[in-house]
Amino acid sequence: MPVVTLTVNDELVSGQSGQSLLSLLKELGIEMPTLCHLEGLSDRGGCRLCMVELQGSKRLFAACVTPVQEGMVVYTHTERLNNYRRMILELLFAERNHVCAVCVQNGHCELQTQAAKNGMDSVRYDYLVPDLPMDASHERYVLDHNRCILCTRCVRVCDEIEGAHVWDLMGRGVNSRVIAGLNQPWGDSDSCTKCGKCVQVCPTGALTLRGSTVAEMEKQHDFLKWILTGREKKQWDYS
Amino acid sequence: MTRTITIDPVTRIEGHAKITLMLDDSGQVEDARFHVTEFRGFEKFCEGRNFWEMPGITARICGICPISHLLASAKTGDAILGVRIPPTAAKLRRMLNWAQIVQSHALSFFHLSSPDLLLGMDSDPALRNVVGLIQKHPDIARKGIRLRKFGQDTIRILGGRSVHPAWTVPGGVREPLSAENRDLIKEMLPEAFDTIDLALTLLKDASAGYEDEAAHYGNFPSLYMGLVTPEGGLEHYDGLLRVVDSGGKILESGLDPARYREIIGEAVEPWTYLKFPYYKPYAYSGPSYYKMGMYRVGPLARLNVCEFAGTPKADEELRAFRQLAPQGRAVNTAFHYHYARLIEILFALEKIAETVEDPHILDERVRSRADVNQLVGVGVSEAPRGTLFHEYHVNEEGVLQKVNLIIATGQNNLAMNRTVQQIARHHINGNGGKLTEGVLNRMEHGIRLYDPCLSCSTHAAGKMPMHVEVVAADGEVVDEIIRD
Ligand code: SF4
Ligand code: SF4
Repeated sequence: MPVVTLTVNDELVSGQSGQSLLSLLKELGIEMPTLCHLEGLSDRGGCRLCMVELQGSKRLFAACVTPVQEGMVVYTHTERLNNYRRMILELLFAERNHVCAVCVQNGHCELQTQAAKNGMDSVRYDYLVPDLPMDASHERYVLDHNRCILCTRCVRVCDEIEGAHVWDLMGRGVNSRVIAGLNQPWGDSDSCTKCGKCVQVCPTGALTLRGSTVAEMEKQHDFLKWILTGREKKQWDYS
Repeated sequence: MTRTITIDPVTRIEGHAKITLMLDDSGQVEDARFHVTEFRGFEKFCEGRNFWEMPGITARICGICPISHLLASAKTGDAILGVRIPPTAAKLRRMLNWAQIVQSHALSFFHLSSPDLLLGMDSDPALRNVVGLIQKHPDIARKGIRLRKFGQDTIRILGGRSVHPAWTVPGGVREPLSAENRDLIKEMLPEAFDTIDLALTLLKDASAGYEDEAAHYGNFPSLYMGLVTPEGGLEHYDGLLRVVDSGGKILESGLDPARYREIIGEAVEPWTYLKFPYYKPYAYSGPSYYKMGMYRVGPLARLNVCEFAGTPKADEELRAFRQLAPQGRAVNTAFHYHYARLIEILFALEKIAETVEDPHILDERVRSRADVNQLVGVGVSEAPRGTLFHEYHVNEEGVLQKVNLIIATGQNNLAMNRTVQQIARHHINGNGGKLTEGVLNRMEHGIRLYDPCLSCSTHAAGKMPMHVEVVAADGEVVDEIIRD
């Protein structure tokens, strides 16, 4: 693959053409905040936390869906970017009901971690305090809309890795919801294989193991790497 | 005849205990209301969540005795799961509860009440607190702080965090006890025993100077309710509900706590969000129908309902405690809550000492797993302040449809009003309803006897912020004091 040269935070660096800017920044050891991105899943540029500034454009670009290009001049942590990142996080907290102290994910939550890392010490917006249900119809897992940030990791892992495509998004804007099947209780879904991949990739306390108590839920997404490497190396032969 | 006035509880000054004294036509104190407003809206808030989260949620919302809510909530969860938890889990939960009793009672006695007792109710209010105590009796103050710390440390060792250990969960507890941690608890015990001996001596010496208080502070007949073991012994975690009257007669000897609704009703009043639980069989019809069913809970009640404590030292003290009332009758003076609290600390320490020697206490099987098997669960345990009831109704999925909580402070509310009224009558009548600092202090002490779970009443450093109004028969406020 041809090599491209670009400038990142005033330093000359090189990357592979076709590579996403986010993956290059990670290789360079630059810590980029992300929520919807997960190694092994397709990128959608949804959460906007990985936004960067590109010289010559007033727009901001989500690094996960921006390919590296020859001569690009990139800034990753300007004041403007840091401000927007905090704002995005605050909006996420204001949109649904995040009561960390009583959340099953407390202490192991990616949203919480990002808020702390990005210096979000308060929320400047009015909380919407929506009245959202909890779907506890599944025999193994629970979906709590109050904690969902609509990152669609669950949608993508179920579709791209498990191949079941149980999850989808419904509605627009603040009315968007993840739905199981054709908007039915999760437990009624015929296509759910009960594999739990969605639960493990969910960054927040929205998808959890049934029976988890406060601050007890911890997730691990190593399985994604194993599955993808195994598939790539054709470790499993089903013929 | 008094005029009925409705006081919007919201007008209460945040963090202040609000008391309204109502005078009759002749200017005598007719009634007193202690407004408890901090505990509200809480049950509604939980609906729609699932019951597994409840120990964590209730412990968080009600910060004064989180451990008690953790336990009652976990027990309610056990009932919904329909499981019997591993015996070691039950022992660990009991130990957690005893540690909570030690820390809470030590706070009440040493930090909040002993300044009144040891420095005098009329002493300078600026020094009638733990700071003044440290100045005058540094050794006692230090030991009191250390005793409370024993409770807190034990809670932390067991639960991983001192304030909100979500360690107690439906089905048992999250982590077993390690040998190392058990030994840590063991090592702290001897000092704790020494301190409680000292506290008992102190209280007995100080009480001699408080005969007037002992006679007038909450000395009235009432019913008492608490848990007892199946054999009738002192109990804090499980067991059966017992109700006795002031004559010592047993009205309910051992009701399954899950059937509490058969004997407890909850009355509402327009002037407070707090409900008034009452003993149903004693209620009659009429506007204050429920007041006859007034019962008290907490240390005094627990010692009144049980037949014995079940540990040698506590039983010895219990015999002395019984002497405070004529043979066979209940001890009716709220002033003796102090003594009851110390006896319970002693009992809790003896029980902890017993438990750390239990050969099965390090067992690793401490959590039973199950799903929803019952749609209604009731969990009852004894909080330091009294019997705590949690009742959850869930759907098949475990999502809460209805929550009912009955807290100790609510159950003591009628008795607290009565106590304040009694003290006010004794000290205010005859001076046209004028409030003095000494009266305020005594009302404060009267409330503190019940150790209500309100932030205003647990200010460790200093006097209780109070807002007292005296309302004449025509509804006019004739005196008002706000003390910060
Ligand atoms: S999902 Fe994360 S951020 Fe939201 S309440 Fe739970 S712990 Fe807090
Ligand atoms: S449920 Fe979890 S993974 Fe799915 S969209 Fe919501 S936050 Fe993302």
